[in-house]
Parts: sequence; structure tokens; C-alpha cells
Amino acid sequence: MAEQDITQASQRVFSLNLGPQHPSTHGVLRVLLDLDGEYIVKADPVIGYGHRGHEKMGENRQYKQFLPNTSRMDYLSGMLFNHGFVLAVEKLVGIEVPERAKYIRVIASELNRISSHLLWFGTYLLDLGGFTPFLYTFDDREQILDILDSVSGSRLTYSYCRFGGVTSDIDSKFIDMTRAFLKRMESRWTDYDKLVSKNIIFIHRTRGVGVIDRELARQYGVTGPNLRACGVGFDVRRSEPYEVYDRLDFEVPTGSKGDALDRYLVRFSEMQQSCRIIDQALEHLPGGEFIAKKVPQKLAPPKGELYFAFESARGLCAYYLVSDGGPDPYRCHIRVPSFGNLNVLNDVLPGTLVADSISILGSIDVVIPEIDR
Amino acid sequence: MSEITSSDWFRVILGLLIAMGFSQLNALFLVWLERKVAGHIQLRPGPMEVGPHGLLQTIADGIKLMGKELIVPLTADKKLFVLAPVLVFTPVLIGFLVLPFGPNMVIRDINLGVLLIFAFSTFTVLAILAGGWASNNKYALLGAIRSVAQNVAYEIPLLLAVLSVVLMVNSLRFSEIVIWQQNHFWSIFLQPVAGLIYLISATAETNRAPFDIPEAESELVAGFHTEYSGMGFGLFFLAEYTNMFIVSAVATGLFFGGWDGPFGGLGIPGVFWFLFKTYALIFIIMWVRWTFPRVRFDQLMNFSWKVLIPLSLANLVLTAVIVKFVR
Repeated sequence: MAEQDITQASQRVFSLNLGPQHPSTHGVLRVLLDLDGEYIVKADPVIGYGHRGHEKMGENRQYKQFLPNTSRMDYLSGMLFNHGFVLAVEKLVGIEVPERAKYIRVIASELNRISSHLLWFGTYLLDLGGFTPFLYTFDDREQILDILDSVSGSRLTYSYCRFGGVTSDIDSKFIDMTRAFLKRMESRWTDYDKLVSKNIIFIHRTRGVGVIDRELARQYGVTGPNLRACGVGFDVRRSEPYEVYDRLDFEVPTGSKGDALDRYLVRFSEMQQSCRIIDQALEHLPGGEFIAKKVPQKLAPPKGELYFAFESARGLCAYYLVSDGGPDPYRCHIRVPSFGNLNVLNDVLPGTLVADSISILGSIDVVIPEIDR
Repeated sequence: MSEITSSDWFRVILGLLIAMGFSQLNALFLVWLERKVAGHIQLRPGPMEVGPHGLLQTIADGIKLMGKELIVPLTADKKLFVLAPVLVFTPVLIGFLVLPFGPNMVIRDINLGVLLIFAFSTFTVLAILAGGWASNNKYALLGAIRSVAQNVAYEIPLLLAVLSVVLMVNSLRFSEIVIWQQNHFWSIFLQPVAGLIYLISATAETNRAPFDIPEAESELVAGFHTEYSGMGFGLFFLAEYTNMFIVSAVATGLFFGGWDGPFGGLGIPGVFWFLFKTYALIFIIMWVRWTFPRVRFDQLMNFSWKVLIPLSLANLVLTAVIVKFVR
């Protein structure tokens, strides 16, 4: 009798190997799904397909040499990771950064945050089956890539920050382009609101789907927009301000229910807040040097360790650097937000439909190479 | 049945041959149109390289598809796998037999024309199920299952909507329905609810976005035709566009006055009015596809069983009562 039950159960549930080659697993994620019809019984994300050993590389080279790597972990927010690493090392060594450089970094970082969110916006709608918003947001994102390209010479892996400043000063062309972008986006927000946020199908697809409550978020270490969508207004830029964020006026948008719609709305307003930050930073941009004059060519920080957290586009990200006094770090660990955000799938996916699994995966906005490093 | 003569057979066979040629050209044109419409909606030009404004692009694509190997997966049911793309295309062709393109431009003006089209279009889902099942692929199977559930759910409101018009006109013969509309009003003005239900159900019936869940590429890779390559895939693709033409042409005939043009046709032959209306409807279907995200499977079913079917039933009963009193 018992044996019969087992065979029946095994016939009822079948497993689906979603990914790593699948159109919507965003990179190389593999999710093992146990399905009962179209309902998910069990979900198990498998990671590691994009491992490149960035942390180990960090230990084998000088601090300066690790700079290009930082943009390549989360390739969508390269500027933010780059910025965070520079800040961590500056704190470790004790380098004074000129005011102008701080503002420039904030502008570049926030531009990168908008570009990352725009890409998420487009691909999320793509996951939901709406193709057109994807091309609209990519058109907007292209403007940001052009702006950042004009100062850093690169469209994705910027490596723009240096210890003590940035590689090159921003000119009037950069400021004009940025202002034009901000102006363009003002009307775009209304367009997206009409096209997507108020779309009845979109609302039905996202409301109440993939709810992450506060308790679950705390257990898995979910951060960033996903955490803020549950109503927790935690943002490193606000709670432990770095650079000039404490001098700028911006809101930390929060949701209430923690479903996919809230996550969408939080990211949507975050892009608008980033625009506000850029606007203010451009307003208050001081003159002076863009890179500190007295930065030693060869950095050898004193013995010690440092944990430095910053807000990447996906949540709390941190560098943990241990120095043994030598020219390269003894240990270079990176805490990435996507890891916690992804693993929450274990608890969120069961009970939902296959179609929702894609929607939820898209809504938490993971970048797999960031997890694999 | 004794009155079928050899000239009738000749007419049917010739008609089918013309239909075959027309449906291929039409599908090629529609694929191009779809890409152009999508392109312009998305602020890009679409295909531009092959021919003027990329007109020959789909022909090039077709030749490429024909040159490709039809890969049959090792674990697939080989006979069914090869048969399915053929099966999906044949019933679509039958529809051309009774479509009234103009006052006398119909291959066989039979008195059950409307019924014949819907009877045969139901076959399509069988072919999709066969293809999905024979592929022996989990995504294909899921797509096939979805397709069956969706088609069963949407055929009912579709037929109920058509039935309202049929009750009103008191005929299943296409040309009579069009002539009735010529003498009275277009049915869309008398039966707006049925017209709307028909258009929604027809979109779902042809697996078009936002109801394209059987081939939802972001969820099921390519749905029921995941394993198909070359012309196997090509036939599924062509069938989709031919199906789209058929449902739009039927909508034109049933709801938009067929070959009847406004103000006495303005001196333009009826066939052009018919084609114009059909392509206008197709354009709307494309427009919808490139605007909306996809609905979820359970929402799709709920929408049909809880909204469309009761609504179309109520509409049918109302029509029946009114028709009874008017006659």
C-alpha cells in the first residue's frame, strides 16, 4: 500500500530543470522545480555557473590592480561596485578625497543606479511578456551609457574611480548631457506610468504575487528595494551615509505588502529619487581638484581589517578587506545583495505557478555573476 | 449530395490551390507587417536590408528555414512529430473554402459555411497537442496542455458570440450574413458585446499576445514548438499567421459587413473593402500584442469561464428574445 502511494506521488510531481539555458533566468541561474501540474511544489536555485574567482584574484594583486575587477562582478552596477571598493580602500589607508570628486562619484553612481533599474524595468516586463517597454527603457539607458562613456571611456565596466578621486574631470558637455537626460526622463516617468504601472494586466500579474514579508526578509538577509518593498526603510545611503549623501535631500521609498507590485513601485520611485540626487549634486558641484594630489603609488595599508557597506542597485553590498601590511590584501571578501535576495526563492516559490516563478525571479532583480563572482 | 458535379470538384481543388498560394504569400506579408508594426511601436525601423523597406526579408527567412535540417529528437514520437506541423496547417486552409471575399468571390458558398470554419479551426489545437506530446519535452508538453485548456475555454464564448449574429440573421451562409448586413446595419453596431467577445476570444484562439501562453517564450522557452526546427517550425509559424487572417476575415464577414463599403462602397470593388477591413483588424491584433504584457494561465481561464462565457450566454439569450419579438 505504502509502495503504491509512493509511485502515485512520484507520478504526480515532475521536476523541471529551469535553466541554466533559459530565456528568462537572467544569466546562468538554474532552478530545480518540482511541479504538480503548473504549481510549484519545491524550488531549489542552483548557482555557481559564472564563477570566475574574483575574491581570490583580489588577494593575489595590489589594491590598484583589483579596480577593474570590481566593475565586472555586478556588470549592471559596475560604477557602484567600483565606487564602493575605492571608498573601502580610502578608509583603510586614510586618503582625503577632494569635495568635487565626491560629488562627481555620487553623480556617476546614481546614473549607474538608474541605468541598472531601467534595465531591470525592461527585462521584468519582458518576463511578463510585454516586449515594448524593454526597448523604451533600453533607449533611455543608452543615454546614460553615452554620458558615462564620455567620462570613463567605457559603457559597462567603467573602472572610473581611483583612490582619492576619479580618472577624469567632468566637463560642461557631461553636465549638459546629464541635464538633458534628467529633463527627458521627467516626461518618460509619466509615459511608463501610463503604459505599465496603470496597465490592468500588469497589476493583476504582480499584485499579491511573490510576497516577501519582513520576517522572511530578515531571515534570508534580503536587502535593497526588495526589503524596502516590505516596508522597512533601510538604505545604507541613509543609515550609514558615505560620500555626500547626508547633504543631499532624497527620500527612501518604501512599499507595504512586499509583493512584486511593491518591488516594482519602489524601484520606480527610486529612479526618480536618483534623478533628484543627481540634480542636487549638479547644483552644488564645487570647483577644485577631481583627484587628491598626494596618493602614494604603491598602497600598503597598516595591519587591520575593514568592513565597508554601501548601497548597490540591488541592496546592501559590502567589502571586507583584511590587510597584513603588504601591498595586496590578505583577504578580500565581498558581501553581495543578490545572494540573500535569490535564496528567498526557496520559501517564496512553492505554491505559485510556473508563470509566476519567472515573474518573481524577475521582480527580485538578481544578477547571477555577482553571486558567483 | 448527388448535385456535386465534376466542375464543382474542379472549383474546389483550384480554389484550394489558390488558397494555398494566397495563404503562403499572406503569411509572408503578415510576418513582415508584424515586424514593421513592432518596430515602429518600439521606435525602431524594423527590417530594412532585404528589398525596399525589408519587404523581401521574410522570403529570405523562409528560404533559410527550408534549407535547415528538421531535427527529430531521439526520444520523440517520430511519426507524430513530423505529422503535427502538417496537421496544423491543413485545417486552416479549409477555412478559405467558404470565406466570401467579394459578392461572388467564394469558392463554395455552402449553407453551413460559418459552422464549417469553426469545426475545422478546432483541429488546430489537436495538432498543437500532437506536436507538444510528440516532442517529449517538458516545456513543449506544458505548452500543449495549456493550449488545449485555453482553446476549450475560448471556443465556447467565441461560438456563442457568433451564434448571436447567426440568430439575428437567421442564416449560417456567409454571403447571406453579409447581404443582411448590407440591407440593415453592420452587426458590430447591433451586437457590440458579441463583437468584442469575438475579438477577445479570437485573439486567444490564435494564441496571440496577451493570450500567447502556449508559447510564452519567457516561461516555456518556445512552448509547444520548442523542439521544432527548420520548416517544422516554419509551418507552425505560417499557420499562426494564416489563422490570424482567417479569424480576422470571419470577423469582417460576421461583424463588419464583409465586402460592404460605407456610402455604397465609393466605387471600390468589394474585395478590396473586405481585405482592407481584415488587415485593419489584423493590425489591431498586432497593436495589442506589442502593448500589453501576458496574462497568467489561471487568470486567462478565469476570465473566460467567469466573465466571457456568462456574458456571451446572456447576450445570446437577449438576442434570442429580441429576435423572437421582432419577427
